Amino acid sequence: MRTILFVSFCLAAAAQEPVSFNRDIRPIMSDTCFKCHGPDKSGRMANLRLDLREEALKPNRRGLAPIVPGDPEKSHIVQRIYATGGPLMPPASSHKSLTAAQKNTIKRWVAEGAKYEGHWAYEPVRRPAAGASIDSLIRARLGSIQPAPETDRRTLIRRAALDLTGIPPTPEEVDAFVNDTSANAYERLIDKLMASTRYAEKQAMHWLDAVRYADTAGFHGDNPFPAWPYRDYVLRSFHRNQPFDQFTREQLAGDLLPNATVEQKTASAFNRILRVSAEGGVQPKEYLAKYGADRVRTTATVWLGSTLGCAECHDHKFDPFTAKDFYSMKAFFADIKETGLVADKGPNAWGSQMDLATPEQAARRRQAQQAVDAAEQALAKGRTPELEAALMGRHTSGELKWLYQRPVAANAGSATLTIYNDQVPPMANTPKSTSPGNGLVIASGENPETETYAITLAPGPGKWAQLGVQAVQDESLAGLGVARGADRLMISEVEAELLPEGRKLRFTMAASSIKLQNRDQNPLNAIDGDPATGWGGSPYHDGVLPFLALRFSEPVATTAGSRILVRLRHETAFRRATTGRLRLALSPGLAMPAADATNKKHEPVDKGLSPSILAVLKKPAAKREDDDKALIARALDWTDGARQSLAVAAARARAHLDVVEIAIPRVMVTEATAPEPTRILARGNFMDESSPIVEPAIPAFLGKVGDGGRATRLDLANWLVSRENPLTARAYVNRQWRLFFGTGLSKVLEDLGSQGEWPVHADLLDFLAFEFMDKGWDRKHITKLIVMSHAYRQSSAVSGDQDPDNRLLSRQNRLRVDAEVVRDIALHTAGLLTEQFGGPSARPYQPDGYLAALNFPKRDYAASKGPDQYRRGLYTFWQRTFLHPSMSTFDAASREECTVNRSLSNTPLQALVLLNDPTYVEAARVFAQNALRSADAPTPEGRVAWAFRRALGRAPTEEERGILVGLYKKGLRRFDADPAAARAFISSGDAPGLPGANPVELAAAMTVTRAILNLHETITRN
Amino acid sequence: MQTRRAFLNRSLAGALGMTAVNQLLAKGVISPLHHKPTAKRVIFLYQAGGPSHLETFDYKPRLKEMHLKPMPESFTKGQQIAQLQGKPLICYGPQLNFKRFGKSGQEICDLFPHIGSVADDICLVKSMWGEQINHDPAHTLMNTGSILAGRPSMGSWVLYGLGAETEDLPGYVVLMSAGRGGQMQPIAARQWSAGILPSKLQGVKLNSIGDPVLYIKNPNGLDAGLQKDSVDAVGALNKASYNDLRDPEILTRVSQYEMAFRMQTSVPGLMDMSNEPASVLEAYGATPGDGSFASNCLLARRLAERGVRFIQLYHRDWDHHGGVKNNVTLKAEEVDRPTAALINDLKQRGMLDETLVVWGGEFGRTPMSQGGDGRDHHIKGFSYMVAGGGIKGGISYGNTDELGYAAVEKPVSVHDFHATMLHVLGIDHLRMTVKFQGLDARLTGISGEVVKDILR
Repeated sequence: MRTILFVSFCLAAAAQEPVSFNRDIRPIMSDTCFKCHGPDKSGRMANLRLDLREEALKPNRRGLAPIVPGDPEKSHIVQRIYATGGPLMPPASSHKSLTAAQKNTIKRWVAEGAKYEGHWAYEPVRRPAAGASIDSLIRARLGSIQPAPETDRRTLIRRAALDLTGIPPTPEEVDAFVNDTSANAYERLIDKLMASTRYAEKQAMHWLDAVRYADTAGFHGDNPFPAWPYRDYVLRSFHRNQPFDQFTREQLAGDLLPNATVEQKTASAFNRILRVSAEGGVQPKEYLAKYGADRVRTTATVWLGSTLGCAECHDHKFDPFTAKDFYSMKAFFADIKETGLVADKGPNAWGSQMDLATPEQAARRRQAQQAVDAAEQALAKGRTPELEAALMGRHTSGELKWLYQRPVAANAGSATLTIYNDQVPPMANTPKSTSPGNGLVIASGENPETETYAITLAPGPGKWAQLGVQAVQDESLAGLGVARGADRLMISEVEAELLPEGRKLRFTMAASSIKLQNRDQNPLNAIDGDPATGWGGSPYHDGVLPFLALRFSEPVATTAGSRILVRLRHETAFRRATTGRLRLALSPGLAMPAADATNKKHEPVDKGLSPSILAVLKKPAAKREDDDKALIARALDWTDGARQSLAVAAARARAHLDVVEIAIPRVMVTEATAPEPTRILARGNFMDESSPIVEPAIPAFLGKVGDGGRATRLDLANWLVSRENPLTARAYVNRQWRLFFGTGLSKVLEDLGSQGEWPVHADLLDFLAFEFMDKGWDRKHITKLIVMSHAYRQSSAVSGDQDPDNRLLSRQNRLRVDAEVVRDIALHTAGLLTEQFGGPSARPYQPDGYLAALNFPKRDYAASKGPDQYRRGLYTFWQRTFLHPSMSTFDAASREECTVNRSLSNTPLQALVLLNDPTYVEAARVFAQNALRSADAPTPEGRVAWAFRRALGRAPTEEERGILVGLYKKGLRRFDADPAAARAFISSGDAPGLPGANPVELAAAMTVTRAILNLHETITRN
Repeated sequence: MQTRRAFLNRSLAGALGMTAVNQLLAKGVISPLHHKPTAKRVIFLYQAGGPSHLETFDYKPRLKEMHLKPMPESFTKGQQIAQLQGKPLICYGPQLNFKRFGKSGQEICDLFPHIGSVADDICLVKSMWGEQINHDPAHTLMNTGSILAGRPSMGSWVLYGLGAETEDLPGYVVLMSAGRGGQMQPIAARQWSAGILPSKLQGVKLNSIGDPVLYIKNPNGLDAGLQKDSVDAVGALNKASYNDLRDPEILTRVSQYEMAFRMQTSVPGLMDMSNEPASVLEAYGATPGDGSFASNCLLARRLAERGVRFIQLYHRDWDHHGGVKNNVTLKAEEVDRPTAALINDLKQRGMLDETLVVWGGEFGRTPMSQGGDGRDHHIKGFSYMVAGGGIKGGISYGNTDELGYAAVEKPVSVHDFHATMLHVLGIDHLRMTVKFQGLDARLTGISGEVVKDILR
C-alpha cells in the first residue's frame, strides 16, 4: 500500500496535478471511511455517507456539514481527521489511521472543491485519443524517467516463447532469431508462437484457474468427474482465436443458444465444474446455496473483476453492490438442473452429462449394441420355466457351492504372500477378530509396479467346473480397500495349471459379482491373454467383495495328490494395482460368482445361490420387477451348461460393447430446467426464508437486461460482453497484462472496485479495453498488441531507483514461471515432453501415500505410463483436495475457488521438488543421456556447454563452466568408487536408458544436468 | 508481499524501514507482539470426524433418564440436521460412565483415566458451537475461520504473525494418524494451506510412511556428499547470476536451497527416536515409526523442542454414526494415554507453560441416536480440551443444556476459540489482518471474543 501511494504521490507531484478523487481520495476513504460511511446501510454510522457527494454535503442534525466544498476549515470531516482533543476519525477501534500526507490530501481535495468522480471502473470505457499506443501512454507517465532499451535477442525470444507458449526455445531457434536481421523478424516470431497449439495451452492454463477447472469434485470424497472435454473446448477456443464474446456466451449459456452444437454444450460445463459434495448428510438447500454462491463469485470475478461475493450476507461495504444484486445474479443460474447432494457413483453420478461420440464411434456403438441385443435374444429364448425349476434343484443338490481353498504354497515376484489357514489374520478394521483365515492369502512387503502371484491349491479328489478368485477388503489397503496401491484393483490375467501333470487349464468364460464395475474392468479381460487389459472391482460400489468366477473349458478332475497352480498377473498400465488379500475357491458345478458381504471374509464354504436370488425365485412370476427378472436371467444363463456357447457369445458381445463405450468421452453439461425460486438469504443463512424472492438481474447500478420476461443466462452473457458493461473488457485486459508483466495494470486482479487499486496507467487500461471491444473481442489481437510493444520488449535490467516496484514500467520484470511451466521446461529441455494437444488428464509420478487422507473410497495413485507420463503440466490430473504436490509447491491453484492471481513464492520445498522429485531426476537423466550422445565435443567441457545451451539458450561463462565441470569431476570420483550407486542413480523413471553408456560417466553427467535444471535462471523468464 | 511480522509493526516499519525493524526484533529491543504472550507455540490434537462430547467430557444424566424417549421438539425444531434428516429423533443416553478426577473433580468419561490424571492441568470448554454440519466445510471453518476454500489456516496465521524459531524445519507441521475403527473421513490439504498468505507459511505434512517430508530423500544412488556438492554448485551458479543481474530474488533462491539441504539433514534426526528412553516410549505408548497417534504425540514434543511454532496432529476415525460405545472405547485406547503423556512430558520439561495444547474436533455428536447405536453430526454444542500456555487448569467453562444439545451457558464460537488462541500467543486477533478482496481479512472473520475466564 505504501508503495502504491508513493507512486501516486510521485505522479501527482511530478505533474502538479490537482487532487483526483479516484486516484487519490477514494483509496483513502475506501480503506478508512466507507466501512461506516459507505454503501452498506446496515453498518452505517451517524447516518453519514461519504461515497456520494450530495450525501456528504448535507448538514447533519446539528447543522454541521461534513464537507463544504472549497472550505476545509468549515468541513466537519476535516476537523475530525485532524482532531486532537475531541473524537478523532477514523476511531481507534477501527485500527485504522491516516498519515499526515493522507490528511493533507483530503484537505487539499476539499479546498479544490471536493470534486467527486464516479468510480473509474464503473465509468464507460473511454475512447482513446487518436494515435494512442501502449508505448505512448506509458511514456507519458514516465516523465523524465527513460524507458529501458530493447533487451538482447536471446532474452527476447526466451521471454516471448515462455510467455506465449510456456516452452523455452531450442538453441537452434535462438540462433535463427539472433541471426535474423530482417526488419520484421520479431513480428514473424510472435506470429509463429501465437499460431502454435502451445500458445492455446499456455493461455488455457490461466483461464482454467479462473473458471476453477479441475478433474475432481472437491468436497469430501473428492472423486473424479468427467470434465476434461471442457478443457479441450477451452484449448480449441484459444487456438482458433474465438472472439471472447462468443466464448463467454457459450460457457455461461451454451445450452441456451439456438440449435446449440456439441461444442457449445460442452462449453456449458463451465456451470458444472464447481466443487460439489457427495457427503451423506448434506442438507440439499445448504449446498444448493453454496453452488449458487460459487457461480456468482466466479462470474463476478472473471467477468466483472468484482467482489460481488461479499454481498452474500450484507450489502457490499465499499462498492455499490447490494445483497439483492448478489441474489439476483444467483437467480440467473437457478435453471441449472442439479441436486444439493451430488451422487459420485451409480447410474446418476454427476447429473447431466453428454457423451461425445464421434459419428464413427456412434456407429460402432450401434453395431456393438445390436450384437449384444441379438446375442441376448438368442440366450433369452432358452430361459424356460423348466430351467428355473432345475436351478433350484442344482442349488439344493449343492453343486452351486463354492469351496474356499486352503492353499499349500503362495509366492510372488517381490511381494511376500502369507497364507492364513488356521491362523488368525491381522484385520485393520476389526483388530480384535479371532476368526481364522480359512485360506486367506495376504500380500505384504514390496509392491512393485507389476507383479505375479503363484498360489498352489491342494483340492483333494474331485471334479471341478470353475475357479473363483475373491478379493478381500481391508482398511489397510490403499487402493479402494482391495488393491495394495493405485486407485483400483487390476488383475490382468488369471492362469491355472494342473500339477503334477503340468497341464495348462483353459477358461472359457468369466463373470464377476460386481455390478457397477468400470467398463474397462470386464471379467473377460482376465482370460483374454492381453496383459494390457484386466479385471478388478471394489466393495465401495455395491458392498460385496469382488469375486471373479472362471469356468474351465472342461471339468478338471483331481486326485488326492493333485495340485492346481493359480497365477494372478498384474501387468496393466495401472502400476501397483495388485491384489492385497484374496481367497481362491473351486466349484464342482456352475456356481454363480459369490456375492459375499464385506464382513464375510472367512467362511470356508459359500452356500450356493445368494439370498437375493433365492428370494426372487420364491416370488410368483407376475410379481417380479425388472431387476428381479434380470437377476434370475443372469442366474439361469450362468448355471445352464447347455446354453453355454450362447452365454459366451453374449458375454463377448458385451465385452466388445464395453470396449467401444470406454473410448467415448463424456462431459458434464448444463441442462436447463424450470428455475427454482431464488430468495434473498438474510445474512447468507440458507434456513432463513423470510426475505423476498428475486428475479434474475444484473447489479442494479449497472443497468438492466431482458425485455420484460424472466432474464436468462444468455441475457446475462450478452450483457457481460456488451458495450454497456464497462467491466468485462477491463477485467480481461488487466489479467492479460499480468501474463506479460507479472502485475496487472490495476494490481488487484480480482477487484476493480474501490478497494482495488486505482490503475497507475488508467488510460492504458482503457485503451486496451476499448481496443478489445472495438476489434470484436479479439483475444489474439490484444496479446499481440502487448507483446509487440516496446514496453514488453525492453530490458529487465534495473537502472536507478526512481520506481523500485516498476509500476511505471520503465523496464520489464523478471518472473518465475508458473508451476506447469516449471515442469514443461524440464521435460522439454530433457527431450522428454509429449506434445499432444488436448485429451484426458495425465498423472505424473507422485509420492506413494500422498492421498492417504482421502476416503470414500480410500485410494492411492497410479502414475501414467508411456507418453502420457510426459505431458505438459496443464494436463495434470487436478485432484482438488490433494493437488499434485509439485504443482502446489510452485503455487498452482487448487482450483477449489476461482483464482485469477497466483502468487509466485520462493521456498525450500521448491528446491526439494527440483532436486528430488522423480520427474526432475528422470529429466536430468534423459538430458544427460542426450548430452553424452549429442555434444559436439565428448569432453566434460563440451558436454557442459552443450547442456547449458540446451537449457538456457546461451553458452556458459568461464566461471559457470568451471563450476559445472568441477561438479562433474566430483560426481565421477564418487561414482567411480561406487558403480552400484551410479547404476541406481541412472535408473530413475520409465524412460529408456542410453544403450552402451558408461554408468559412471552418465551418473556424473546427470549431476550436471540436474544442477542446470535447478538453476534460478532455468525457471525464470528475464 | 509483506514480510512476516510486518503487520505488527506497520507504523514502525514506515518510520524505520523493514530491515531496521527486523534488526530490532532480532535484538529483542522491540517485540513483534501486541501484548505479553503466555504461550510460544500450539500443539493441536485434532480429533477428526467429530468426537461425541457426550461420551468424553460432557456428562448428561438427564439424557440418560430420557434414553429412547422422543427428543423434545423444543430443542430441535428449525435446527440443522445431517444424516437424521427426515428420521424420528430419539434421545440416546450417554453410553459410557463418567468419573470425577483430580482435586478439581472434573467429570470425564472413565475410559480416559490418563487424561483424568491430568484433570487439574486442563480446562474443559463444554460450550463450543459451530456452523457447518458436514465434515469438509466444518474442518475448513475450524482451521481457517471461513467456510470458503482458500483462506489461510490458523497455523499459517500464527506463523505469519510470529515466524518460526527454527531455520532447519518448517514452522508449521502437520501429522496424521489413522484410527482402527475404519470410520475415517477425508481431510483435504486445504486444511493446512496458507491460502492468501505466502505459501511458505503453509503447513508441511510430516509422513510416517514413505519420505517424512515429500521429496526430502535424495534420489537413489546419490549420497549426502554429492547432494551437498550439487546444492553448492547450484548456489555458486545462482550467485554468479546475481552478480550479473542484482535480482534479490536470486539470493532468496540461494538461501532456500541452503535451507532445503538443512532440512534434509535435520528431518531424519527429528524422526529418529532411538535416543528416547524406554520410559518415555512407554509413557506415550509409542512404537517409533508406527505412525500412530501415540508416536505423533511424542514427535510433537520433539518438534516443539526444535522451535516449530504450530504443530497439528490429526487423528481420524471419530465419525461414529454407528456403534458409538465401542468406537469411542477404541478411540480412548488410542488417544487417552498419549494425550496425557504429552501434557506430562511438556510439564516435566518446563514447556507446558509456554505451549498451548488443544484437543478437539470439527463438531460434536447428537444427543439423539442414529441407527440405534450411533450419533449424527452436531454443531450446536460440543466440547474442547485446552491446557498449558496461560490457560487455567482444573476448570471447566460453559455448558450445554440438560440434554447436551445446545451450548447455552457462555457459548464459545469457533472465532472466539481462535481469538483466544491468538491472544495467548500475544496476538490481537483484530489487528492481525491482510488485505484480500478489499477486506482486512483475519482469522476471526468479523467476530470473535477472547474467552478471558479461562486465562490465568
